[in-house]
Amino acid sequence: MNGRRLVGLMIKETQQILRDPSALGIAFVLPLFLLLLFGYGVSLNAKHVPIGVVADHPNPITEPLVAALRHSRYFDIRPLSGLGPARDLLSRREIDAILWLRNDFARQTLTEAPATIGLIVNGTDANTARLVEGYVLQAWMIWLSQQNQVASRPLGLPVALQFRIWFNPALRSQDYLVPGLIAIIMTLIGALLTALVVAREWERGTMEALMAAPVTMAEILAGKLLPYFVLGMGGMALSVALAVFVFAVPLQGSLLILALASALFMLVALGMGLLISSLARNQFVAGQIAIVVTFLPAFILSGFVFDIRSMPAPVQMITRILPARYFVSILQSVFLAGDVWPVILPDMVILALMAVFFLGVTLARSHKRLD
Amino acid sequence: MAEPAGADALVFAGVSKVFGTGTTRINAIDDLSLAIKAGRVTGLLGPDGAGKTTMMRLAAGLLRPDRGRVHVLGEDITKTARSVQSRIGYMPQRFGLYEDLTVQENLDLYARLQGFAAAARPARFAELLKLTALGPFRARPAGKLSGGMKQKLGLACALLRVPELLLLDEPTVGVDPVSRRELWYIIAGLRASGVSVLISTAYLDEAERCDEVLLLDRGRVLAQADPAAMEAELHGRCFKVTQPTTTRRALQQALLARAEVLEARLEATSVHVLLAPATPPLELPDTQWQDVPAQFADVFVDRLHARRPAPARAEAITAISPLAGETVLEVRGLNRFFGDFHAVKDIEFTVRRGEVFGLLGANGAGKTTTFRMLCGLLPASSGTLLVAGQNLLKAPAEARRQIGYVAQKFSLYGTLSVAQNLAFFAAAYGLRGERRAQRLAWAEEEFELRPFQAMNAGDLPLGYKQRLALACALLHEPPILFLDEPTSGVDPLTRSEFWQRINHYAATGTTVLVTTHFMDEAEYCDHLLLMSLGAALAAGTPSEIRAQAVSAETPDPSMEDAFIALIAAHEQTIRRAA
Repeated sequence: MNGRRLVGLMIKETQQILRDPSALGIAFVLPLFLLLLFGYGVSLNAKHVPIGVVADHPNPITEPLVAALRHSRYFDIRPLSGLGPARDLLSRREIDAILWLRNDFARQTLTEAPATIGLIVNGTDANTARLVEGYVLQAWMIWLSQQNQVASRPLGLPVALQFRIWFNPALRSQDYLVPGLIAIIMTLIGALLTALVVAREWERGTMEALMAAPVTMAEILAGKLLPYFVLGMGGMALSVALAVFVFAVPLQGSLLILALASALFMLVALGMGLLISSLARNQFVAGQIAIVVTFLPAFILSGFVFDIRSMPAPVQMITRILPARYFVSILQSVFLAGDVWPVILPDMVILALMAVFFLGVTLARSHKRLD
Repeated sequence: MAEPAGADALVFAGVSKVFGTGTTRINAIDDLSLAIKAGRVTGLLGPDGAGKTTMMRLAAGLLRPDRGRVHVLGEDITKTARSVQSRIGYMPQRFGLYEDLTVQENLDLYARLQGFAAAARPARFAELLKLTALGPFRARPAGKLSGGMKQKLGLACALLRVPELLLLDEPTVGVDPVSRRELWYIIAGLRASGVSVLISTAYLDEAERCDEVLLLDRGRVLAQADPAAMEAELHGRCFKVTQPTTTRRALQQALLARAEVLEARLEATSVHVLLAPATPPLELPDTQWQDVPAQFADVFVDRLHARRPAPARAEAITAISPLAGETVLEVRGLNRFFGDFHAVKDIEFTVRRGEVFGLLGANGAGKTTTFRMLCGLLPASSGTLLVAGQNLLKAPAEARRQIGYVAQKFSLYGTLSVAQNLAFFAAAYGLRGERRAQRLAWAEEEFELRPFQAMNAGDLPLGYKQRLALACALLHEPPILFLDEPTSGVDPLTRSEFWQRINHYAATGTTVLVTTHFMDEAEYCDHLLLMSLGAALAAGTPSEIRAQAVSAETPDPSMEDAFIALIAAHEQTIRRAA
């Protein structure tokens, strides 16, 4: 490794990055865009879910239950006259669930017979359906305890349920999504951008000229790696700053751990990008491979949006080979829970091994020849 | 071949290089053994696919030979590639420049890669910028330089540390004649200072500037000798033929119809003929035969002729005088802007039926832009375009039906077979039933494509790709044929065969418009428009244009001489105006 040659390559790469709007866009504009989109646009919380309430025979017993739902901030209640119109509204997706209090509900409540309420949930969106189910159950429990206080008799339940939400007490989905986004952004810079710029050198014939110069392959690779490493860490820093200061995502863990884990993941992403570019020598193919192999899995299978534990077992197996999975796990721990070493340490070790693997394979595969 | 001697700059010993696998295996270099002497300029010539670029890359250590050894400057390149690479200079085909970096930044990069100490750089940069006349453009991005300036910058990057051996892969392709001459001037200077140069080229006239020529074909050496000696071998077989009673083109067709004629090229006022060995001048009525010295193109044709089947020749036809034809294309005050950039400046010309009309100029002269406007592919910023009497700007669909268009690089579907390509273009032009069958049969017959029917267009040899593209463009029998750089990258044999076909169509009444950056092809045109930087330099018949450049030093100027003289005059006018 010769310092002068490496400096030459790095200066060249930096000049190209500064002159290429798409590189700066991916590093600094895209994070902004994605953070705004996920921070404000996408929400996985159920709030103000429209629910139709059909009380076949409204009376003083049903009223408090409906009121309990109405007071919940999770629901918008629409009283409806019968099951027929309610079904129409459900199929038009104007309401997400129907709460059906049959005409014998009051009578059943007053007798010792078990009183049943009907809850019909639109299962198209399984996520919302499960949330609605849980919230209605909660509201029902509240109503039950109120009824018992009124009747001054103990609630016939063996256990009193107490809810505590840990790690994201406000239940804000931003707090959960925004840290995961950092993994996406770094994948884009490390893998996609790097694969594209190397493929561009092949396409334009500059790689041929570089290889005919007395440089080593390690210098050529390092000359790509270092500038994009800095760019990726810059994108990361911007994302963290936006997350903490604009979206008020709490950063429970230490900045140092975050930087260390990001640096490891950046090396993995760069390793993948350089490996892809050694396989595909035109920008179109390199871009396609990078999106399919690195970006999409990082988006869908990393646990960033979709919970890995609710995936089928074979898919869960696949997620184990994805670097982004481990990085997302670290990010969510560091942001929401703190420096939880039993989680972070194994993940970091795996990332470090992956970095060594991808960079090693790239170096072994690359030789300073065109064939 | 002998062990590397001190006086050899480059030695190939039993070298083979194969690309691809299975049925697509190509022996790019086939058991090649040769030695190139140090301190000389060696020209590397050969038809397409001869292995020129592969040989260059093997010599630069960019490819590993499958068999045999390559010694560069006495070192085995497979063992000490990096040490060799610090002693050679290599300029790849597209110059290897970073287009988004400036001239100075490109120089800085290669200086650092060559391990130049910072203190030594400014003096060397100054020297090279002076040599290449790039001094005023240091801050300009390489992508915004003209073809000739890019070539010189590429050369400067390869010359930073004065190399012992300089490898130049087709440095003059698509570069204007002035820049070509300047490059050869620089090369002469390098040789004087003891640098060995290996240069590959598609311009046969450049062979004569080399000390030695290496003629490659299908990965093997066909000949290696002093070009003058090779030309001398053809003594007594080359003639300048004139016939006052017909046109040059008719005479050329008549000559080519004879088996003894290996080559007949149009020249200023005559036809240059190469005869088979031991053939006396032919008995043709009214012809005068004058013994002339051979040109390198004759050597090329002669050496390669024996190894290839003779190209199919259109039978001799009686010429129709093109000037009697009606006007089929009229262009007035044509302009095109791309943003601030004035790409085409006030172009005017008229083309008559059955004429071959040529647009000549270097890359970036505005030829393709003009062409695209003529075909209705690009709207003109201003001006009048009448195609077969139809105003292209007002009735584009009508006008376009009159046109057959062969784009640069042929625009074929590489993954479709020859038959599928033809069927597609027949459908695209709306051919049906009897006529469709007739035209497809004609295309396969006329262009001898039948044996290749099932082959993918992308796998065809370049010459056949060119034929297929021409066949596709002619399926609907358009009265006007547009050919954009049809001969770029095509070897001289295929070029000559191509022009025979074009002459044949012109003689049967098709109007042909063609762009080219090969100045010698200008002789094939009835009328020419010479372009430079978007403006018309000169217009007229080839002899009229040459006549404009007659001077005391060049009493009988070639088209290239004329082009260079006209550019110099044009630049002077601009300077005076400014």
